[in-house]
Amino acid sequence: MADFAMEARGPRPRSRISPRSIMIYGTLVLVAIYYLIPLYVMVVTSLKGLPEIRLGNIFSPPVEATFEPWVKAWSQACTGLNCDGLQRGFWNSVRITVPSVIISILIASINGYALANWRFKGAEAFFAVLMIGAFIPYQVMIYPMVILLRELGIYGGLTGLVLVHTVFGMPILTLLFRNYFSTLPEELFKAARVDGTGFWGIYFRIMLPSSLPIIVVAVILQVTGIWNDFLFGVVFTRPEYYPMTVQLNNIVNTTTGVREYNVNMAATILTGLVPLLIYFVSGRLFVRGIAAGAVKG
Amino acid sequence: MTKRLLLGATAAICFAGGAYATEIEVTHWWTSGGEAAAVAEFAKAFDATGNKWVDGAIAGSGGTARPVMISRITGGDPMGATQFNHGQQAQELVEAGLMRSLEDVAKADGWRDIVHPASILKSCEIDGQIYCVPVNIHSQLWLWLSNAAYEKAGVPVPKDWNEFVAAAPKLREAGIQPLVIGQQPWQASLVLQNVIAAIAGPEVYGKVFNEKNIEAVASPEMEKAFAALETARELATGSNVQEWNQATTMVINGTAGGQIMGDWAQGEFAIADKVAGKDYTCLPGLGLAEIVSTGGDAFYFPKVDDPAITKAQEDLARVMISPEAQVAFNLKKGSMPVRGDVDLATANDCMRKGLDILAKGTVIQGLDQALSADAGTQLADMMVQYFNQPDMSIDDVKKGLVDILQFDS
Amino acid sequence: MAKTSASGRPSRLFRNLNAKIAAIPMILTACVVFVGFSAWTILHSFTKSRLLPKLDFVGTAQYERLWASDKWLISIQNLVLFGICMLVFSFVIGFLLACLLDQKIRFEGMFRTILLYPFALSFVVTGVIWQWILNPDFGVQSIIRGMGWESFTFDPLNNGRIVMFGVVIAALWQGTGFVMVLLLAGLRGIDDEIWKASRVDGIPAWKTYLLVIVPMLRPVFVTTLVIVTAGIVKVYDLVVAQTGGGPGISSEVPAKYVYDQMFLNQNLGQGFAASTMMLLTVAIIIIPWAYLEFGGRKRG
Repeated sequence: MADFAMEARGPRPRSRISPRSIMIYGTLVLVAIYYLIPLYVMVVTSLKGLPEIRLGNIFSPPVEATFEPWVKAWSQACTGLNCDGLQRGFWNSVRITVPSVIISILIASINGYALANWRFKGAEAFFAVLMIGAFIPYQVMIYPMVILLRELGIYGGLTGLVLVHTVFGMPILTLLFRNYFSTLPEELFKAARVDGTGFWGIYFRIMLPSSLPIIVVAVILQVTGIWNDFLFGVVFTRPEYYPMTVQLNNIVNTTTGVREYNVNMAATILTGLVPLLIYFVSGRLFVRGIAAGAVKG
Repeated sequence: MTKRLLLGATAAICFAGGAYATEIEVTHWWTSGGEAAAVAEFAKAFDATGNKWVDGAIAGSGGTARPVMISRITGGDPMGATQFNHGQQAQELVEAGLMRSLEDVAKADGWRDIVHPASILKSCEIDGQIYCVPVNIHSQLWLWLSNAAYEKAGVPVPKDWNEFVAAAPKLREAGIQPLVIGQQPWQASLVLQNVIAAIAGPEVYGKVFNEKNIEAVASPEMEKAFAALETARELATGSNVQEWNQATTMVINGTAGGQIMGDWAQGEFAIADKVAGKDYTCLPGLGLAEIVSTGGDAFYFPKVDDPAITKAQEDLARVMISPEAQVAFNLKKGSMPVRGDVDLATANDCMRKGLDILAKGTVIQGLDQALSADAGTQLADMMVQYFNQPDMSIDDVKKGLVDILQFDS
Repeated sequence: MAKTSASGRPSRLFRNLNAKIAAIPMILTACVVFVGFSAWTILHSFTKSRLLPKLDFVGTAQYERLWASDKWLISIQNLVLFGICMLVFSFVIGFLLACLLDQKIRFEGMFRTILLYPFALSFVVTGVIWQWILNPDFGVQSIIRGMGWESFTFDPLNNGRIVMFGVVIAALWQGTGFVMVLLLAGLRGIDDEIWKASRVDGIPAWKTYLLVIVPMLRPVFVTTLVIVTAGIVKVYDLVVAQTGGGPGISSEVPAKYVYDQMFLNQNLGQGFAASTMMLLTVAIIIIPWAYLEFGGRKRG
C-alpha cells in the first residue's frame, strides 16, 4: 500500500509489459543514447593516443587504451612556464567557489524572504530591475565592474571576485527563494509574528531551516555556474587565484602547436568532474527541491 | 603585506650582493609548446639578473588575454610587463599615462641603432618616446606547399603563384584541395594582404594601407591583385577547416596543395619532423616578390610606484633586446630577431630566406601596424565573408576596402 | 519611495525597516550594478571610446554604424532564430520527457541523471565536443557515409545557411535536461486528486495534460522561461567554441558582436551601443511582463 501512495503521479501503467511501456522505455533509451554519445566520445578520445585519433573515427573505441593524457592533463600540461597541469587551479577553484556559493545563497535567501514575506512598497520594483539584470550579457559589465572594484579597493583579490559572483548570481537565486518562500504555509509565518518573533528571528529559526530543498537547488546552480566560470575568474583576479578553467582554456585554446585532442578531452572531463559529481550525488534532491518550490503546502 | 615585508627584507639582504630579487609578473598569450619554450628563454635570462619572472600566461590573444590585461592595468593592479600587439593598439594606454616610457633605457643602450629594420622600433614610438620592446619579427607573407601532394598529382612543385594556379586542376583531379584557408576571419585577410603585397607590389601596398590612398585601390596593379584573390577563392572552394594549424596539417599530410600563412606555420612542420625543401616548400611573397612583412610581438611596461619593480622592468627590457636572449628566443619561436647584428647559425632554409630578404631591406609593414584594430577587424570580417559567400563579388570587396580605408584615415 | 509610504505609521516603518535593511544588498545590486552600470554603458555608447572609456561624445554615430553593419543584422537574425528554436524545442522536448519520466517508471533516477548531466558542463566543452561530432570529415556524416549511404550530407557547421541549427542541436543537448527537471518537479507537485478525478471522468491522459496540468504548472513555466531566455540572450561561449561565428559571419550572435567590438576591434563605444540595443530589447519585453507578474499581485 505504501507503494500505492507513492504511485499516482501520472496516469498509472496498467501492466508492466504493454505497448505503452515499450514505447515509453524505447523513447527514453533512445534519448539517453543521444545524450550519452558526446560523453562517450570524450571518454574514448581521452584514452586514445594521438596517432590513433588522427587516423580513426571519433566513435571507435581505443585500440590501445592509455591513461597518459589524463596524467598529463592533471599534472604536466603547461600554462606558459608552469607545467603542473590542472591541479594548480583546482584548489583555487575550491577557494573561489566555496565562499561565493555560501555568500551568494545567504544573501539571495534573505532577499527572497524579504520579498515574499515582508513585502514593502518598492520592493517589487527592485526585484524587477534584478530580473532584467539577469538578461544583461556579462561582458558589458566588465569595465564598470573593474572601476567599481578599484574604487572599493578590492580589485584583484578573492573578495572582489566573491562579490562579483554574488552580484551576478543574485537575480536567478532571488527568484528561486522568493517563489519558494511564497509557497510556504503562511500560518507558519503568522504564528511566529503573533509570538513576537522579529524579522531575523523568523528568518533564522523558521525560514532558513525549512528552506533546505531550495538551498540544494541553489547550491547546484551556483556550484555549476561558478566552477565553470572563466571570464570573471581571469578578469577580476591575479594569477595566484586563477581558477581551473583558466588552465583548461590554456590547454584547449592554444592556437599553435600540435592539438592534443586526447589531453584536451581528459582536461575537459577533469574540470567538469566537480559539478558532475554534485549532479550525480544530488540529482534526486535537486528534483525534490524544485518540486518543493511548486507544492502548495 | 607580509610578502612585501619579506621582499623588502630579501632585497636588503641581497643588497650586499648588489642585486635585488624583485618578483615581476609578466603576462603573455604564448602557451603552445614552442611558444612556451621561447618564453622560457626570456625567463631564464631575466632570472639570471637576480630578479624573478612570475609567469602569467593566458591563452587566446585578442578575445581572452586583452580584456584581462586592460582590466589589470586600469583596475590599478598592473602586472610588471605585458605582451601587447604593437602598432596602434596600445596607443591609448600610453596616452592615458598608464604605460611607462622606456626612452631612457633606449637612449642609453642605443636601441635606435641596433634595432633592424628601424620601422619595427618606430611602431613602439609615441610622441618621440619609446614605450615598448619589440622582441621578434614575424612575416605574414609566405606560401607553404606540400611536395607530397604535387608528387601525387604528377606535377612539379610550383615555384611561384602562377605555377601554383596552373597546377591546381591537376590537384583537383587527384582529389587534393589546391589551396586551404581556415575559416577564421584573420586568415582571410592574410590572403588579401599577400596578394596585394606580392602581386600589386610593395609600393602599391604602402599606398593602400599606409597612406590610405583611395585612388591606389583602383590602379591596374590592384586589378591584378583582385583577380588573384578571385582565383584564390576558387582554389579554396571546398576547404572547411576552422583553425590555421588544422589547415597546415592538411599541407603536412598532403591532402592540400598549399596554404598562405605566416612564418609561424613553420613550427607545425618542424613538430611533424618535416624538412624544408624535401617535404615542403616555402615561397616568400608568393614566390613573385622578395618581401617580408614586419608583424611581430612587443612587450609593454605599465607604470608602477614601487622603485624595485621599476628597476626590474628596466632589467627585463634590457634582457629582451640583448643579443643572447634574442637568438635563444627567436630560434625557439621560429621568428626573426629584431636586430641585424646577431647570427642565427642554426636557422633552417625557410628562415634563412626570410633573414636574407630582411637584410636586403624589402620590408613592408604588417596590417596590425598599418591599420587600427577596428579597421583591421572590419577588413577581416569582410574577407571571411568574401571567402564564404559565393554571391559576394570582387567589386563588393573593392568597395568595402575603400570604405574601411576611409574609415581609418 | 518605501519610506514615504510607511512614514505615517511608525510601527510599520519599524517593521519594514528590518526588511529594508535585509534587502540592502539587493537594492544596492539593483541600483548600482544593474541600473548604474547600464546607465554608464548607455552614456558611453554616445562616445567614441576605443580602448578605454572616455567621455568624448559623438552623438548617435555609433548607432548609425551599428545598424549599417551586416554583422549586427545577421547577429540579430541569428539570435531570433536561435531563441525561437530553443524555446520551442526545449520546452516541448523537456515537457514530453518530464511526462515520460513521470509515468512511474523504473530507473527514473538513472534516466534523469543522464538527461541532466550535460547541464553541469561548461558551454565551452559543449561547443568543442559538438564541433567534433558535426565535423563532416570524421563525425556523423562520415560515419553514415561509411555505412554505405554515400550521398548523405549533414554538415551544419560548414554550411552558413543551416549553421545555427548546428548550434541549436548542441544547446538543446545541454539545456533540455534542465528544463525537463524543472517541469518534472512541477509535475510532482500536482495533486493526486486531479489525476483521480480526470480518470473518473474518463478524460484521456493527453487531454488532461494539455488542459489541466499545463495551466497548473504556470509558475514553474515562468521560472523556467526566465532562466532559459536569460541564457538565450547571453549566448556567447557556445558559439565561440563551436563555430567561432563562422563559416564567414553566418553564426554571429549579439553578445559576441558586443564582445568582439569591445576587445577585438577595440571600439568600446560601438560595443556599448550594441549592448544598449540588447538592453533596450530585453527591457521592452520584460518590463510589461514583470509588471503583470510581480506588480500588485497579493500573496496567497
